[in-house]
Amino acid sequence: MPDLTPLWLTLRIAACATLLAFGFAVGFAWLTARFSFWGRDFLDAVLTLPLVMPPTVLGYYLIVVWGRNGWLGAWLHAHFGVSLMFTWQGAVLAAMVVSFPLLFKSARAAFEGVSTEYEQAARILGDNELRVFFRITLPLAARGLLAGTMLAFARAMGDFGATLMVAGNIEGKTQTAAMAVFDAVQAGDYTLANTLVAIMSVACVVILVMTNKLANRGRAGR
Amino acid sequence: MRLEVDIRKTLQSGDRRFALDAAFSSQDDLTVVFGASGSGKSLTIQAIAGLVTPEQGRIAVGGEVLFDADQGVNLPARKRGVGYLFQDYALFPHLTVRDNIGYPLKKAWPFSLLPDDQQEVTEIMESFEISHLGASYPAELSGGQKQRVALARAMIKKPSILLLDEPFSALDSMLRHRMRMELLEIRQRFGVPLVVITHDPADVEVFGDTLVVFANGRVEEVSSRKKLAVPEDEDGWRTKVCWRAQWKKENLAAQRLVPASGI
Repeated sequence: MPDLTPLWLTLRIAACATLLAFGFAVGFAWLTARFSFWGRDFLDAVLTLPLVMPPTVLGYYLIVVWGRNGWLGAWLHAHFGVSLMFTWQGAVLAAMVVSFPLLFKSARAAFEGVSTEYEQAARILGDNELRVFFRITLPLAARGLLAGTMLAFARAMGDFGATLMVAGNIEGKTQTAAMAVFDAVQAGDYTLANTLVAIMSVACVVILVMTNKLANRGRAGR
Repeated sequence: MRLEVDIRKTLQSGDRRFALDAAFSSQDDLTVVFGASGSGKSLTIQAIAGLVTPEQGRIAVGGEVLFDADQGVNLPARKRGVGYLFQDYALFPHLTVRDNIGYPLKKAWPFSLLPDDQQEVTEIMESFEISHLGASYPAELSGGQKQRVALARAMIKKPSILLLDEPFSALDSMLRHRMRMELLEIRQRFGVPLVVITHDPADVEVFGDTLVVFANGRVEEVSSRKKLAVPEDEDGWRTKVCWRAQWKKENLAAQRLVPASGI
């Protein structure tokens, strides 16, 4: 039986990264979908950048910011004695950044698809802004958000470049499934490579099929 | 019920600019705000409801000041106590008819109805003859059913005034007449003043105790049934107002401000 540790680590990293990305993406998506402000297009472009940037370049930026001598990394180390470099938490950070744009774009489209008339109706019926968001906006955007979340999870599972730059490839500690496949092929261990590739492929296909179903149902429901 | 509106607001989109300068008052329980599309009538009732904030002016309903720029008063929409019927009803698509109607009563997490509120929803559904639709979703309803549900939802909190934005435009002509009568009946039953926005002269005939005519962001004319020379002459008044509304519409159509087909 091949060692499936990288797979469990991948699932843990992807789950944490998606959860974090969800919070940020929903916040920024709601802001950019509902408010018109100076620099909105620029903000959107910056938040979408990880989608088009080479993962290694992205990893380099993360090192510049979060490395032990980085802008935030130095502060983190000085105050809490913590460094994200070469840890699974660092891998979470990398996976979160690469998967964020997928969630952000889906969430923004989902929020823009919710008619503001429903929100206005809710306000007149007695809701404050927080209640409008949780009772109207969020439920009506739920399918789009879920679809974006699944895409982001799939992307987080498959990240290689950025994770390698930030967390390295330490067996049993930061080695994700994508890295384990690379190592297995390099070492000629095709049993492990085939097993991991098969599991990852099936997982990705299932996620994409479910995402498409959600998106289609969302269109039909409108 | 006295409605006082005196507001100014400017909208800018690219190089297009629209200036609203609306001032009128109505003592009647049936007020029609009449005008072509883009004349500022919808913006005005949105300001009354608290959905848009004027730059200057004052809005008061029944003596209660909802907005006063000079005094710094601007009640949020949720505290204005007005009912609002949107043009396409704005029924929440993810909630059943029953949940839509009970929506304003559910105030605390997990937003479930208390037994008293359940009873209230049941009673209002019965009075609007939509009890059988409780488990349906808005997408499954006809135009007339949607309107009844939206009215029931707007009325359940007993608003001080009910604002209706072109309430019959989505209905066919047969249903339109029936719903006009139902709306009058609702007004009687709940004793709530109505402000109806329309560009249909037929609505003026039915609801226009006070007629406010909008054009190009300004109130062009305010007519009251009570102030006419022969108030007892119901038919004469209606003919006059209807004729006037029709004339306005044709006049505006001639200026290509509204489609003539809509007359």
